[in-house]
Amino acid sequence: MATICKIKDELEIDIKNLSFYYAKSDKPSLKNISMPIAKNRVTALIGPSGCGKSTLLRTLNRIHDLYPGNRYEGEVIFEGRNILDKNIDLIDLRVKIGMIFQKPTPFPMSIFDNVAYGLRLQGIKNRSELEGRVEEALKGAALWNEVKDRLKEDGNALSGGQQQRLCIARAVAVKPKVLLFDEPTSALDPISTQAIEELVIELKKDMTIVIVTHNMQQAARISDYTAFMYLGELVELGVTEEFFVNPKERLSEEYITGKFG
Amino acid sequence: MQKIVDKSFEYLSKLSAILVLIVLVTIFWVLFEEAKPAIEAFGIDFLTNSKWAPNLEIFGGAPAIFGSVVSTFLAMIIATPIAIGIAIFLTEIAFEKLKTPIGTAIEMLAAIPSIIYGMWGLFYFAPIIREWFGGNGLGLLTAGIVLSIMILPFMAAITRDSMNTTPDILKESAYALGATKWDVIKDVVIPYAKAGIIGSIILALGRAIGETMAVTFVMGNVHKIPDSIVNAATSIPVTLANEFTEADGDLYYASLFYLALILFVISFVVIATAKFYFLRKVRKEI
Amino acid sequence: MIKRKIINNIVLALSTLSALIGLFFLFWILWTLVSKGLDAMSMKIFIYDTAPPGREESGLRNAIVGQLILVGVASAIGIPLGILAGTYLSEYGKNSKFANFIRDISDIMMSAPSIVIGAFVYAILVAPVGHFNGWAGAVALAIMMVPIVLRTTDDMLNLVPQQLREAAYALGAPKYKVIIQIVYRGAKVGVITGILLSIARIAGETAPLLFTSFNNNFFTTNLNEAMPSLTVTMFNFATSPYEDWINLGWAAAFILGVFVLSVNILGRLIIKKRKVK
Repeated sequence: MATICKIKDELEIDIKNLSFYYAKSDKPSLKNISMPIAKNRVTALIGPSGCGKSTLLRTLNRIHDLYPGNRYEGEVIFEGRNILDKNIDLIDLRVKIGMIFQKPTPFPMSIFDNVAYGLRLQGIKNRSELEGRVEEALKGAALWNEVKDRLKEDGNALSGGQQQRLCIARAVAVKPKVLLFDEPTSALDPISTQAIEELVIELKKDMTIVIVTHNMQQAARISDYTAFMYLGELVELGVTEEFFVNPKERLSEEYITGKFG
Repeated sequence: MQKIVDKSFEYLSKLSAILVLIVLVTIFWVLFEEAKPAIEAFGIDFLTNSKWAPNLEIFGGAPAIFGSVVSTFLAMIIATPIAIGIAIFLTEIAFEKLKTPIGTAIEMLAAIPSIIYGMWGLFYFAPIIREWFGGNGLGLLTAGIVLSIMILPFMAAITRDSMNTTPDILKESAYALGATKWDVIKDVVIPYAKAGIIGSIILALGRAIGETMAVTFVMGNVHKIPDSIVNAATSIPVTLANEFTEADGDLYYASLFYLALILFVISFVVIATAKFYFLRKVRKEI
Repeated sequence: MIKRKIINNIVLALSTLSALIGLFFLFWILWTLVSKGLDAMSMKIFIYDTAPPGREESGLRNAIVGQLILVGVASAIGIPLGILAGTYLSEYGKNSKFANFIRDISDIMMSAPSIVIGAFVYAILVAPVGHFNGWAGAVALAIMMVPIVLRTTDDMLNLVPQQLREAAYALGAPKYKVIIQIVYRGAKVGVITGILLSIARIAGETAPLLFTSFNNNFFTTNLNEAMPSLTVTMFNFATSPYEDWINLGWAAAFILGVFVLSVNILGRLIIKKRKVK
């Protein structure tokens, strides 16, 4: 059983006995994971490649459902309901739980339209309201000053770091309660990475953040809680400062000190 | 010695490559030379003159050009939405287990010789058109539909290939914002693959306009601009296929070459547009 | 929100419907080909030549042999030229302006209307000698074949890893030996598959033969004479008013269809097998 620290904060998501199987596989890629996720905090998922950290993240907005044959067991409680339930409206769920991907994914449209995309999906058509929300989101993503004069340009015209912040703006524009980051800086240079990290810390005032990272320093810098996973299992969830100084599990310690991974 | 062989191999291969260019230029030149008597006799009016009377030595290309344009247009307006539908079905809707077999079936059907489509059209489809719309079943409508069925697999296959170039992660990002499948298709997949899709459609248009055997059976071969699309008509390839071996008289022969030249120029322009304007980036096996 | 979901469902249903419509027609055609073709097939098809309508001893032997000769000669001309030209593009021209220009020209030739190529060959090989002949048909098919083989060769040779070439050069091999002994060997499967598909493609072409090799009701292996082919025979017989000719037309369509589809399936199997390795 995993060692799980006491969470003093209110919970946003509670994962209970979650297992996950990819299509055509009898072997679970996530094994019986139970883990609380604290509200308005940053929870980092770390572990060697293939440990299941991205798989776990992608369970939280059920993006796995795009590919038929994937199966879940267990429960993920969010807003008092099990989001793995068949009756859950995935569109609603994904509006509430947003996601940022490994690589920047600007849509083939203008900067403005990119940010307005999620809002328009929700049926907001009023131009001035859209403009207000887009500006707010771009400011929230610390991108406004750089793009305010070129909102009509193609989103692909921005630099890699700007594109990633554009995607963050796009995600926060719909005011999700939870934002999932899947190694958001793995394709970025150090300066852009720093900007994103600062942004993540800023964003937790308004939302709960779960971030997958392969970079332990990054987890140490920005997260409040750190979860270490290995071979599809949760090994330890700890308060970040304690976890990196004084891990409870031997596996965690070996990983932190670079014995494997 | 080895050096001589080495150089010869290089020159031989270079010569073969240049040969492709030589053939293309020669085709243009020969068609033009052979068409010259007709070009001198009728000039540009050939394009608009609708009288085709071999016994009077009067030749106008308008009926054939009209037939080519209308049958191709019909084929395109029928095939394009269906092909895009099939492509959407294959990329976004079908179960994984169905994607490959249906995709393969469609590619196989694209390989069936067009003459077989023509034969089917004559024996099975023309009677249906005759029953529903009157006439004798042969004409622009039948030709357009048979042509649309013939280009459908080709068009669907390459449209699917274009759509498949959309990265999964981009689609996931849209789903992660709460988009429906259709939202993702219209806002992400189609805009992303737009150039490829348009290029594919134009390429299919190029095929359709030069297609002979699928339409020759069902066009009716009448040198008149028909009053209705259910009446018999002709097109450039149909005229060539039916009359080339019968052409007596230099002007008749030259007029057929004039038509061939027009067809070659049109298809050259269409294909070049598709390839270089739209498909430049996506060089695939087409 | 609900409206969006309804639109979503409508569009998805329409897409599925269009796929069904497309597949319906395509399988209808396939079914016609198989049922009509099988009905018309018999041993007579392979024993007797085409005969006037009403004759018992009537088959397609001359057309089948003629078709094989035409496709064989076209391949003998088109394949070496296509491979050499593709080799030039991949190994010598690479990304030079000239090589890219030839690629463009070849791509255009690949989609050129086949009937125009027939007319062109008529002007250069039939009109001057005064009669239709098999050579002209084979040349017309070869002209259609070269761009396809060129493209495959170019693409397949490009897939051969550069290190393989470097390793061979490092041993002191001259370029032509590197190409023939190393690069060709590495790309063999792909190029052969491409060649098979190009043969299938030209075997189904009718338009370029209509006024080059024309047709012949008698058995011949002489390329200087008009030469029968399955495709032109199909065209003539299917448009005739005679029941037995029309049936022979379906038999020809069946033989051609089976040949083309088998070659395509074979090509796919070869590619698949290589991928598994």
